[in-house]
Amino acid sequence: MAAITLTMDNFEAEVLKSSEPVLVDFWAPWCGPCKMLSPVVDQVADSMEGVKIGKVNVDEQEELADKYGIMSIPALKVFKDGEVVKESTGFIPKESIEAMLRF
Amino acid sequence: MNDIIIIGAGTAGLSAAIYARRAGKKALILEALSYGGQIINTPEVENYPGIKNISGFDFATGLYEQAADLGAEIEYVRVTGIESNADGSKTVHTTDGDRECKAVIIATGAKNRPLGIEREEELTGSGVSYCATCDGAFYKKKSVAVNGGGNTAIEDAGFLSNFCSKVYVIHRRDEFRADVHEVEKLKAKENVEFILDSEVTALLGDDELTGIEVTNKKTGEKKELEISGLFIAIGQMPDNTAFASVVDLDEKGYIIGKEDCLTNTPGVFTAGDCRTKAVRQLTTAAADGAVAALAAAAYCG
Repeated sequence: MAAITLTMDNFEAEVLKSSEPVLVDFWAPWCGPCKMLSPVVDQVADSMEGVKIGKVNVDEQEELADKYGIMSIPALKVFKDGEVVKESTGFIPKESIEAMLRF
Repeated sequence: MNDIIIIGAGTAGLSAAIYARRAGKKALILEALSYGGQIINTPEVENYPGIKNISGFDFATGLYEQAADLGAEIEYVRVTGIESNADGSKTVHTTDGDRECKAVIIATGAKNRPLGIEREEELTGSGVSYCATCDGAFYKKKSVAVNGGGNTAIEDAGFLSNFCSKVYVIHRRDEFRADVHEVEKLKAKENVEFILDSEVTALLGDDELTGIEVTNKKTGEKKELEISGLFIAIGQMPDNTAFASVVDLDEKGYIIGKEDCLTNTPGVFTAGDCRTKAVRQLTTAAADGAVAALAAAAYCG
């Protein structure tokens, strides 16, 4: 499933009320490591079943970045039943992302 | 069998791959994380000859595509060791099995040096950062500290002082390795305070950094600073311990090698920031890549 663009408007419906776990990638266009990580997140989105994947542009969604205490990007957070259950910052390889999504 | 295995896909490793391919050799790059190396964290590169201005990401991507288009292969695995075989060939051990080749180029680069204090890793990304240009934007109107006395630390402090309410500069000595002119410019800023002869001795806060403990090395006096961000800029360190059995390392862990990029083991070459050298820049990394690749190609015969 392709990654979805998350905003303040759809975050609650798509992430917090999602019936399946959601991997959220917080990124910005000026961030090199984010641009390295983004295609890897897309590969995970294409290959894994039963998880939803979304992306938050922190420049456009300052409120969301603030709410989830983003202090370094790229930041990945896994939401389950509306709560952050796993998180990481910086570039990580595909296997590590997949490991975050195994419960 | 591969002719040349290149360990590391930063500027040195990718440049080596370009030269190895153009010399007609089969080249395999092994990279633990992503291609590009340290330069992907740099928003603007303005000192690479022939390119006036480019982002580090675009530079790295261009280099990667050039190497890939020439037929270099890249695998994302971590190298755990190298063995030199009796016939001169090499076996490279990885987290995903062994790879055989005639010659190896070690281009593992360098990474940010950590302070080495408790909870540093845990709070990285939650108030502790090694990259002001990457993470600075999240500290608007907040108090932060920069630790270090070199050019990077002083530039970081200058950058952060433009939008942070307060910037402490903590340095273990009372003089700076950084450019005098830049230090004077920073001293003139109202929201910058220097804390000299001092070290960061503790990180405070539960899930997020809320402050640090700073100890004056001369008087032993300790004080706590309330800050949201600590930017650590105390230099670089290599990551060559996996190769200690096959190449000589200096006391800091850099591979001992000169401008010819040879090591003490025939058929093992070294390029870029991971070797002993005076100047660590993009241009010198690229130059090393070319030198090491041509030497490796000659070794392959």
